[in-house]
Amino acid sequence: MCCTTSKKTTAAGVMTMKMLEIHDLHVSIGGTPVLKGVNLTINAGETFILFGPNGSGKTSLLMTLMGISGYEVTQGSIVFKGQDITRAPMYERARLGIGISFQRPPTIRGLSTGKLVELCARDQKVDVPAMARKLNFDTFLDRDVNAGFSGGEIKRSELLQLMAQRPDLILFDEPESGVDLENMSLVGNTVHELLEGESPKGVSLRQLGRVRQTCGLIITHTGYILQYVNAHRGQVLYHGKLCCEANPHEILKHIQKHGYHECLRCLSTDDKEIRL
Amino acid sequence: MSVDFSRYSFNAGEKTGPLADLGLLPKMDQVRLIEAGINVQDHHVSGAFMQINKDGVHCNTRHEGVELLSIQAALKKYDGLPQHYWHLLDPEKDELARTVKETLGGGYFIRAKKGVKITEPLQSCMFIKGTRVGQSVHNIVIVEEGAEVHILNGCATSNATEEALHLGFTEYYVEKGGKLTFTMVHNWGDNVTVRPRSAGIVESGGEFQSNYILLKTVGDLAMYPVIKLVGENAVSRFNSVIVAPKGSNLDCGNRIELNAKNTRGEVIARVLTVGGKVVSRGYIGAEASPVKGHLECKGLILGGGSIHTIPELFSCQDGVELSHEAAVGKIAQEEIEYLMARGLDEDEATSTIVRGFLNVDIMGLPDQLQKAMNEQIATLNASSAL
Repeated sequence: MCCTTSKKTTAAGVMTMKMLEIHDLHVSIGGTPVLKGVNLTINAGETFILFGPNGSGKTSLLMTLMGISGYEVTQGSIVFKGQDITRAPMYERARLGIGISFQRPPTIRGLSTGKLVELCARDQKVDVPAMARKLNFDTFLDRDVNAGFSGGEIKRSELLQLMAQRPDLILFDEPESGVDLENMSLVGNTVHELLEGESPKGVSLRQLGRVRQTCGLIITHTGYILQYVNAHRGQVLYHGKLCCEANPHEILKHIQKHGYHECLRCLSTDDKEIRL
Repeated sequence: MSVDFSRYSFNAGEKTGPLADLGLLPKMDQVRLIEAGINVQDHHVSGAFMQINKDGVHCNTRHEGVELLSIQAALKKYDGLPQHYWHLLDPEKDELARTVKETLGGGYFIRAKKGVKITEPLQSCMFIKGTRVGQSVHNIVIVEEGAEVHILNGCATSNATEEALHLGFTEYYVEKGGKLTFTMVHNWGDNVTVRPRSAGIVESGGEFQSNYILLKTVGDLAMYPVIKLVGENAVSRFNSVIVAPKGSNLDCGNRIELNAKNTRGEVIARVLTVGGKVVSRGYIGAEASPVKGHLECKGLILGGGSIHTIPELFSCQDGVELSHEAAVGKIAQEEIEYLMARGLDEDEATSTIVRGFLNVDIMGLPDQLQKAMNEQIATLNASSAL
């Protein structure tokens, strides 16, 4: 089993709702194709890990899903919660329940981080200082958004915004990059909590799979994040195409051992028999 | 633009008798003053001065550490103020200066006494009411050794004012270790011509901070205050937040001369045009070393208008650190999209960024004024202009 599959059941064999469906997605930036026919379905409650070498199109996929300008969909479609959002403006996608943790967000002068977190919550009532304390980030609420933030501070700011926004599909662009070891568990546990909720004790994963709705799409190079999330599925994006679907831990082990060059073999094999 | 002085009369306009407090002014005029940052209830202030046209109508201090007089009274009391009056400004420089000298129609004299730190701000207010009124004032501000004071200066015209000219000359003296914060809010009008001219000196260890806020239309305004840091370790900072709606013609800037060792100067201007024309100048010159100076002008153009930034740095010394940063354009698409990814639509995202751009929080204003200014900025965003 390799490449694009559209599962209708979870590992536990329970029927689940499709949250995100990507069909034959082709995307260009300034006329240069970066995604060349991506097919992917993520079900409610699933966490999907995306691997791939630099420049393979991982961030482009996330940006396209969010609707960032400059990523031109030339073919195919994106369906979220049954609704075609291929051409939907970004705020509509956000309001429908898609959230993103950017890797390099811009600085916004004069806008405090705390105010932005309130804006993310829209009509939901949130206790911003309490949420910030959980992330050990309360002293940053008065600071301008991302102004002079370190890599780890940017990550915590992004997570805080997502905590207020509470999306149903969360796109994480390398949540562990730039985070020091001390903060890694804080970031990792927060990602876990955003995706899984605070799991009540004594609830089995199988039961959890039935109740939880939030799903995630995570880009990682190092795989550190895998220690914190229940990653269900993973795939490699290579030269703008998805290949090699497997358990994310296995993919990581394979890449650590062999690099990405086998993906090329995988992509070039018509019968797609080659597995990691 | 040159000023046609013959269009204005320096004796024109409504005559107003003394006012026990600013709350006795007609409500409409109070609204105009509130928009100019004036606290008409006089709460939380250490004193207030108000002038309508050429008449000083209110002059009251509650703090014995500060002396507040009309300029005429001060000239009389201090034998013409030879050390301070027309000392930094030249009465013969041009027609503007000569007009102010000849037609002197008021102004204030503020002296913060040696070593006294006045925590509550002092308000001064220049108001024009009537048609073709010329207002010419000369102010003197002295902050004696080790004293501290914050002056809130609000200038406005009444709604009924069709055409007016304001000439406001000010000389600032910050003595050794003194600290002066001078916050000016303008609320003029379409047919108002404004020519403030200011100069100041700061002695060793002294600080001069100027905050300028202009959110409303003004037909023709030109000003270029000059501050000389003449004593070691003196510091000067200028912060301006300027909005130019259609019909505004502005030429404003700040000049800091670093004339002594270890002096520091900073000029930060944020200019938004929504149809108005703005020239934004800045000059920092270093005549001593080591010194530090930074100029920053950020301009946003939303819906027409123009911004011309002219940042200048000068030095004839080794070992100075001077820098400038100027940018004019639209809001970065990346910032708008960042907020849109959080669920804000494009208009909400734009307004949020513009509000941040015009944020006056860095000025360290009294809470009430900061709140009032932020409220005005919020209304501005809601208007169709943005």
